[in-house]
Amino acid sequence: MNFFNTIAVGFKEVWAHKFRSMLTMLGIILGVASLVAMSALVKGMENGMKETMVAMGGADKVLIEAQAVPAYQEHRADESTGRTLFDVEALRLNAPMLKLVSPEMEIRGPILTRGEKMVNPSECVGVWPEVLEMNLHTLRHGRFFTAMDEESASSVCVIGTGIRDDLFGSPEKVGYEIVPIGELIEVNGQPFTIVGMLEHYEGEQEKKERELAKKVADETKSGPTRMKGWGRRGGWAFWRKNYTLFMPLNTAWLRFRASTGTNNVPDPRLSDIDVKVADFESLESSIQQARNVLMMTHKGLEDFNFRTQENQLDSINLQIKNARLSGGIIAGISLLVGGIGIMNIMLASINERIREIGLCKALGATGLAIFTQILVESVVIAVLGAALGLVASNGLVELLVLVAPSQNAPVITPEAMGIAVAFSIGVGILAGFLPAIKAAKLNPIQALRYE
Amino acid sequence: MALVEVRNISKIYHLGGEEIRALDDVSLDIGSGEFISIIGPSGSGKSTLMHILGCLDTPTKGTITLDGTMIQDASQRQLAGIRNKKIGFVFQFFNLLPKLNVLQNVELPMIYGGQSSRERKERAMEALKMVELENRSKHRPSQLSGGQQQRVAIARSLVNDPRIILADEPTGNLDSHTGENILKLFRNLSEEGRTIILVTHDPEIAAVTPRKIEIRDGKVATKLDAKLAGLDRSISNGMGGH
Ligand SMILES: Nc1ncnc2c1ncn2[C@@H]1O[C@H](COP(=O)(O)OP(=O)(O)O)[C@@H](O)[C@H]1O
Ligand SMILES: [Mg+2]
Repeated sequence: MNFFNTIAVGFKEVWAHKFRSMLTMLGIILGVASLVAMSALVKGMENGMKETMVAMGGADKVLIEAQAVPAYQEHRADESTGRTLFDVEALRLNAPMLKLVSPEMEIRGPILTRGEKMVNPSECVGVWPEVLEMNLHTLRHGRFFTAMDEESASSVCVIGTGIRDDLFGSPEKVGYEIVPIGELIEVNGQPFTIVGMLEHYEGEQEKKERELAKKVADETKSGPTRMKGWGRRGGWAFWRKNYTLFMPLNTAWLRFRASTGTNNVPDPRLSDIDVKVADFESLESSIQQARNVLMMTHKGLEDFNFRTQENQLDSINLQIKNARLSGGIIAGISLLVGGIGIMNIMLASINERIREIGLCKALGATGLAIFTQILVESVVIAVLGAALGLVASNGLVELLVLVAPSQNAPVITPEAMGIAVAFSIGVGILAGFLPAIKAAKLNPIQALRYE
Repeated sequence: MALVEVRNISKIYHLGGEEIRALDDVSLDIGSGEFISIIGPSGSGKSTLMHILGCLDTPTKGTITLDGTMIQDASQRQLAGIRNKKIGFVFQFFNLLPKLNVLQNVELPMIYGGQSSRERKERAMEALKMVELENRSKHRPSQLSGGQQQRVAIARSLVNDPRIILADEPTGNLDSHTGENILKLFRNLSEEGRTIILVTHDPEIAAVTPRKIEIRDGKVATKLDAKLAGLDRSISNGMGGH
């Protein structure tokens, strides 16, 4: 009996019991659908997180964080000066393994105003031009700060597009892009001139949506604008970048910290020192070098700490792994249940067909032919279930997006579909094995006598 | 050498410690082209003998040679092949598959024989012609009468051109008129030179076959029961004239 024939007969047998087969497939359908949908969600998450990673400055960025003085140095806690420009200069001069050192001085509780309009920026910081390369910013319009701006602490600023949107109007609302170079805005009541504006940052998904919205808007330019998904457009990292205001570091120090520090005491501490290593391969030794330098400037007081994006990457990977594992477990259980369902139905089907099997054996069917036939039938059920499951997974993903929208659009990958189908086939084979052996071993005489 | 050589076979079943000798030291030869009926009371071992002749079962003791092959040494796989190529079965309850049509039912043995689909169709139609059912090839078994179903089953048994046709009570489930038609069909096949073995307890059928073997308590009876063998004129009246 040729194999093609066997498969055709298998399909016929399944088709003869449509409803029963359908019910049997349900477990496999659910298993495949949840496997594919889960991995689509995880893939979307992964894409989103990778984008976020890049938006936050890439993998070679290292943050030097303030940390509480360790317990064994507790008695010297009041000597701690925090991170200052001293450290920055020392690192620039004495840590050649760093290619970039970017200090940031944050202005606390910033409010930006222009006439009646007001916005809270995500970041309002005094910086050096290094910040552009450090945080992977692109200046789209105007200029960045000059040495002159830094030296004279000029009241100039560079803003992100989010701040422009809120204070001057967004392109979506106005219909064209406003570039407010030369305009005045107030930062906590002090007038600043805008000299530059950054690029608009967005994720892949957001970009697609925006372009689609634009197309739709072109067709029907009426009706209220609607927010989709979470209140904030785009991912957190992109939102943060778009709502950034930069000013020269010296401006931040002289205009905000020197005169209006905490309790009117000047506060020269930096809010951030970010560094990039020259060679990512020697990340460890580069950090060690920077640590040595800082140990000098901090008089051996370990009130700082290095945080690499690698740590972040690890935690992202861990999250992805966990999501994948839990999805896999759910899908695995569904497939297992599906397999048990198939085995059950195959056993019942063999019982119904004892006479038929006996007859086939009397007519010359070998045990192997019977075995193959039952196994193929079981696999046919599993494969049909898998096919329906793939269809269902598309629906499931749409449903998930509908009930729980996020900026990380799920991505159905061919690999996930392949794995799901392969697993289903495996389940079909495993589930069919026992019934197939049982059928193959059937004694034809007893089978023919069976009523 | 005879087509079938049965030598001292016994078939012993064990039921709850009790030994049942379904066949007890049976020896017989069947030549090519013979038309034989196996008769005997119910429970005497006729079906058991037929199963062994048909390679569905193997004897507990003794040897059996079919067309030169020693059956008791054959593997399950070889037995399946012998059943497929050399033996045609006809059963009391027809045993057609209800979900296949007539043609597909007749094709079934060839599917396990591995013939091409074109050849299968041709030969199945030929076999259906022999039983005069070629115009019913697309019907389902359930749409046919009992006699027609049995003719389909006979077509199925013929389709691989076997050396022996074994029929276990082929008319047992039919009315006497239909049974006669089936019997006529077997006689025609026998006249074409086929070897046919009918298992029956019907004396009218036994009367038709030139050779009769009576099984009694698992043994071949040395002297035939006249009544069972259809030798009693008062019963077989009208049948002997053919
Ligand atoms: N599988 C079996 N297990 C136990 N006893 C059996 C089995 N098959 C047949 N027998 C016994 O063997 C004897 C012969 O049976 P069988 O060949 O079917 O008789 P017949 O066909 O002549 O009516 C009977 O006594 C029957 O009970
Ligand atoms: Mg019987």
